[in-house]
Amino acid sequence: MSRSRSINSQESRYKKALASIPLHLVLILACVVWMVPSVGLFISSFRPKNLIAISGWWEALKSPFSFTLDNYIHVISQGNMGRSFINSLLIAVPSTIIPIFIAAAAAYAFAWMRFPLRKTLFLLVVALIVVPLQMTMIPVLRIFNALGFTGSFAGIWLAHTAYGLPFAVYLLRNFIAQLPGSMIESAEIDGASHPLIFLRLILPTSIPAISSLAIFQFMWVWNDLLIALVYLGGTPDVAPMTVTIGNLVNSYGGGWEYLTAAAFISMALPLVVFFGLQQYFVKGVLAGSVKE
Amino acid sequence: MHVNYFVIAVLAIALIPLIIWAYLILTELIVSRTSRKLSRNLRPWLWLLPTLSLLFVFLVYPALNTVYLSFLDAKSANFVGFANYRYIFTDPNMLIVLRNNLLWLVLFTLFCLFFGLLIALLADRVKYESVAKAFVFLPMAISFVAAGVIWKFMYEFRPAGSPQIGTVNAFLTAINPSFEPKAWLFDRSTNNLALIIVGIWMWTGFAMVILSAGLKGISEDLLEAARIDGAGEFTIFFKIILPLLLPTITVVATTLIINVLKVFDIVYVMTNGNLGTEVIANRMYKEMFNYRNYGRASAIATLLLLAIIPVMVMNIKRFNAEGSHE
Repeated sequence: MSRSRSINSQESRYKKALASIPLHLVLILACVVWMVPSVGLFISSFRPKNLIAISGWWEALKSPFSFTLDNYIHVISQGNMGRSFINSLLIAVPSTIIPIFIAAAAAYAFAWMRFPLRKTLFLLVVALIVVPLQMTMIPVLRIFNALGFTGSFAGIWLAHTAYGLPFAVYLLRNFIAQLPGSMIESAEIDGASHPLIFLRLILPTSIPAISSLAIFQFMWVWNDLLIALVYLGGTPDVAPMTVTIGNLVNSYGGGWEYLTAAAFISMALPLVVFFGLQQYFVKGVLAGSVKE
Repeated sequence: MHVNYFVIAVLAIALIPLIIWAYLILTELIVSRTSRKLSRNLRPWLWLLPTLSLLFVFLVYPALNTVYLSFLDAKSANFVGFANYRYIFTDPNMLIVLRNNLLWLVLFTLFCLFFGLLIALLADRVKYESVAKAFVFLPMAISFVAAGVIWKFMYEFRPAGSPQIGTVNAFLTAINPSFEPKAWLFDRSTNNLALIIVGIWMWTGFAMVILSAGLKGISEDLLEAARIDGAGEFTIFFKIILPLLLPTITVVATTLIINVLKVFDIVYVMTNGNLGTEVIANRMYKEMFNYRNYGRASAIATLLLLAIIPVMVMNIKRFNAEGSHE
C-alpha cells in the first residue's frame, strides 16, 4: 500500500518534471533572445577591425581567438568618447542632485503643511509628470537663447531639474506623507523649527525613497538624447555620449569596430548601477510607473 | 576649459543644496517673526516657491505658449488659424507619420504586455526566477541610443552569398539556406517593424517587473483552492489571474502608451526617419531645427499633448482614488 503510493508520487513527480520542460525551454529561449543582442555587441567591440567586417561576432568564440583593445583606445583618444563620458557625468550628477533637494522641500510642504489649494496644486504636479517635453522646447529654447544658456551646462542642469521635479515631488510626497505624524508633532513640541525637522528628521528617514529617485533620475539623464540635442545644440565640446554616438552612427556608417566600443562605453555605468543597485532601480521603476 | 566645467559642476553639486538650505533657514527666520497666523499661511508658499517657479518657467508657461504658437506661422509672426493642424492631417508625409505612430502604439503596447506577462508567469514557477528576470530587464538600464547601435548591428545586411555579419540575417540563412538576406532597415515593408522590435526588446522588462509584482500579490491559497476544485491552468489564468491583474495591466499599458507616443531616439539613431519610418517626435524635431517652422512644430507637439491628455486624466483620477484611502 505505502509502496504503491510512493511509486505513484514518484511517477507524478516525473510527469510534473516532464510537463515543465516546455516551460523551461520557453523561458530559456526568452533569456537567450534578450541577451544575444547585447552579447554580440560586447564581443564585437573587442574584435579587430578587419575581422569584424567580414565575419559574424560568433566566429570570435572559435579558435584562433583574436581580441584587441584598439577599438576602445581609438574611440577614447580620437572619437571624442573620453570627453563625452566626462560631459555625461558633468550633466548627469548635478541634474540628479539639484532636483532632489528642491523637490524634497516641496514634498515636505505638500505632506505636512496645511494651505489653501494644496490638493489642486499637487494634482497639477501629477498632471505635469506626463506632459510631453516637446510641448516646452520651443519657448524654453527661446528663453535660453535670450539668456545665452544654449549650449551651456547650466542651461541643461536647469532643464533637467525642472523636468525631473514633477515626478520627484510626487514620489517624495507619497513617501514623506506616510511617515508617522507623531514623530513630527513631538519634534514641533520640542520647539524644533521646520527647517530643522526637515534636515534632521525628514531627509534621513526618506533615504530609501531618495535613493530610488536618485538612481531613476540619474539613469534618465544619463540615457537622455533629445534634451541634450535640443538645448546643447550639437557642440562637441559639451556633447554627452548619447549625442556623440548618434553622430558616430551617421558619420561612420558601417564602422562597427568603433560604434560597438562607443556604445559599450556608454552602457558601462548604467550596467554597474543595474547590477549593483538593482533593488533600488526596480523600486524606482515600480514607483515611476506614471512617469512619462 | 574642462577644469572650468569641473569647478562649476562641483560648485553646483555642493552649493545648491546649501543655497536651498540657507533659503529655508532665512525665510524661516523672517516668517517666525510675524504673527502665528501669518507665518502659518506664508510658510508653505515659501517652501514651494523654488519648485513652483521652475515648473512655471519650464513647463506651464512653455506649454501654454506652444499652444498659442501652433496657431501662428513658421516664424511666429502672423496668425494662421488652424492651418498647421490642417497640414498635419492632410499632408501625405504627415499621414505616414501618423500611421507609423499608430503602428508603434498598437504593436509596441500589445507585445510588451504579452511578452512581459508571459515571462512573468513562467519565471514565477522556476528556481532561477531572478536571473531570468534580470536578463529581460537589463535593456531598461541602457540608453535608446545604445540599443539603436546594438540592433543596427543585429540587422546588418550583406548581399546574398557573402558571409552575414548581422545576427538576424545570419540566423535566418543558417536555418533556411534558401532565405534571401534582407536589409531590414531599408526595406519599406519591414523597417517600421524592425524599429518597433527594438522598442519591445527594451520595454518588455518594464512590463514584466510590474506584472510580476502584481502576480506575487495574488493569494497562493486562492489559486490552490481552484486547483483542488479541478480547474486547469488555463481556466485559472483566464478566470482568476487575468481579472485580478487587470488594474496592474492598465497601469502598465498607460505607461507604455505615454512612452511610445513620444518615441524618438530609436528612430533618430537607426533610420533618422527616412524611408517612411518617421514618427511624431522626430518630425517635430525636424520641423524645429531643419525646416525652422515653429508653427508646425508647435502644432505637432500640441497633438502629442492632446493624445496624452486621456492618460493624464486617468492618472489624476487614480491618484484621487488612492488619496481617499489615507
